[in-house]
Amino acid sequence: MLIKRPQPGYSARIQPSEITPESVYLDRRRLLQAAIAAGTLAAGPAWPETRRPALAPLSFERNARFSTDETPNSYEDITTYNNFYEFGTSKGDPAANSGRFEPAPWTVTISGEAEITGTFALEDLLKPHPLEERIYRLRCVEAWSMVIPWVGVPLGAVLSRFKPTSRAKYVAFKSVHRPEQMPGQRYPVLKWPYVEGLRIDEAMHPLSLLVVGLYGKTLPNQNGAPLRLMSPWKYGFKGIKSIVAIEFTERQPPSSWNLAQPHEYGFYANVNPEVDHPRWSQARERRIGAGLFESRIPTRMFNGYEEEVAHLYRGMDLRKFF
Amino acid sequence: MSPLLLRRVIKPALFALCLLPFAAVLWRLFGIGGATLGANPIERIQDTFGQWGLRFLLITLAVTPLRDWFHAVWLIHLRRMLGLFAFFYVLMHFLTWLILDQGLYWSGVLEDITRRPFITIGFAALVLLVPLAVTSTHGMMRRLGRRWKSLHRLVYAIALLGIWHYYWQVKADVREPLIYLAIALVLLGWRAWKAWVAPALRRRTAAASGAPLQARRASE
Repeated sequence: MLIKRPQPGYSARIQPSEITPESVYLDRRRLLQAAIAAGTLAAGPAWPETRRPALAPLSFERNARFSTDETPNSYEDITTYNNFYEFGTSKGDPAANSGRFEPAPWTVTISGEAEITGTFALEDLLKPHPLEERIYRLRCVEAWSMVIPWVGVPLGAVLSRFKPTSRAKYVAFKSVHRPEQMPGQRYPVLKWPYVEGLRIDEAMHPLSLLVVGLYGKTLPNQNGAPLRLMSPWKYGFKGIKSIVAIEFTERQPPSSWNLAQPHEYGFYANVNPEVDHPRWSQARERRIGAGLFESRIPTRMFNGYEEEVAHLYRGMDLRKFF
Repeated sequence: MSPLLLRRVIKPALFALCLLPFAAVLWRLFGIGGATLGANPIERIQDTFGQWGLRFLLITLAVTPLRDWFHAVWLIHLRRMLGLFAFFYVLMHFLTWLILDQGLYWSGVLEDITRRPFITIGFAALVLLVPLAVTSTHGMMRRLGRRWKSLHRLVYAIALLGIWHYYWQVKADVREPLIYLAIALVLLGWRAWKAWVAPALRRRTAAASGAPLQARRASE
């Protein structure tokens, strides 16, 4: 594993030189295709991996305060067992079908109730913020969970730079829509593009992370490259991937799963062992990577982040606002 | 089809073929040849068995239509084995859920069966399969006589319950359950056609041609 430790006094961030230029990996791809055409390279499981751009190592510092000391899942598990319906609805589809996705160059449009709006290159969006590694628990609404070492920047710090106005009560996020690169988007399993939202205080909460990396390297396509959200006290589907737009809104924005099945998936989607999904129990979860005969573990309120986030929901009926 | 060929070649070959999905799970479980069950092996095992349970139910239901369409009467001799494999895979699906997924956590199991409709109907399908498996022997066929056929028509309902169970379990992508449903409707539709529509059509044709009532009866 390649981890560049930041030098003292050095502001850790992605160096432009660390991102493989598209032309380089395209050349690499052509070379490989030529090699295969010539029959000199055995077509095997290595092929889908080799045509991807190399994932660049990142400079970051571990944020111990916001990291669990549980053992992270393997890189293999985290990158081969994904819910990313844009690439297909099976867990292995995102790893298998995201090879053509191009996460660079990337821009993010900021709009709505803020003093500064516009379209920004991803590098510029991140530039002022040192990257942090945070080991978070991830609890999927399907009652499985992982422990994942993300690399990212606090969402609140990024949002503040755009000076949201007093009318900014919510933050709406939108994923990229590229059916030609995302085969799952050619069928309306969900309404594309995927959208999500947070209340402004949830977005500003220090645990909310804009993720750009995993295990010290840039985010693989199947995990939401190049930019995704992670609010670890919420079910995984709130963690919108491949974000292209962020809008400050006065009204509660729509969210994709809530649009698809409003009685099963709420806007808040806080992890809560006492509020079951209508079709299955949320009381216990299967930790990915546990042994075949290991039992499920109890799910914790707010996914174990109760101390940090419970105050956001004081006085709210969490059965009603699920 | 000679009985000897059927008994000595076709049936053993089919038996081995039907065991392949089970063997594939074992290969992956023990990592033979680098095969793997992925990040969530329990889910993978459970899904594989459930899918094959449904597939074998449909394959079993396909025997009668295939016999009719291709005039292959011998196919009927394979039906019992196919039906028992359907039961085998459904049972393995259930046991995987009970032992590996739920870890014999009985209060959770009971709550799921009674309070989660998709689990309730899946469980109902399994329970209904038990009498069919038990009465699948020659002895039971003889003993039950005409009632055997009525009892085994339960499989129509079981297949639909199984598909419904699957449809209700998926989160959003209902394409696969709908494919199963389409196949089931064709297979059950053929039976309905044979039982009700085709005789009615024959009666009408016979009436139009002015054939005497007696002759029409005989032709049915």
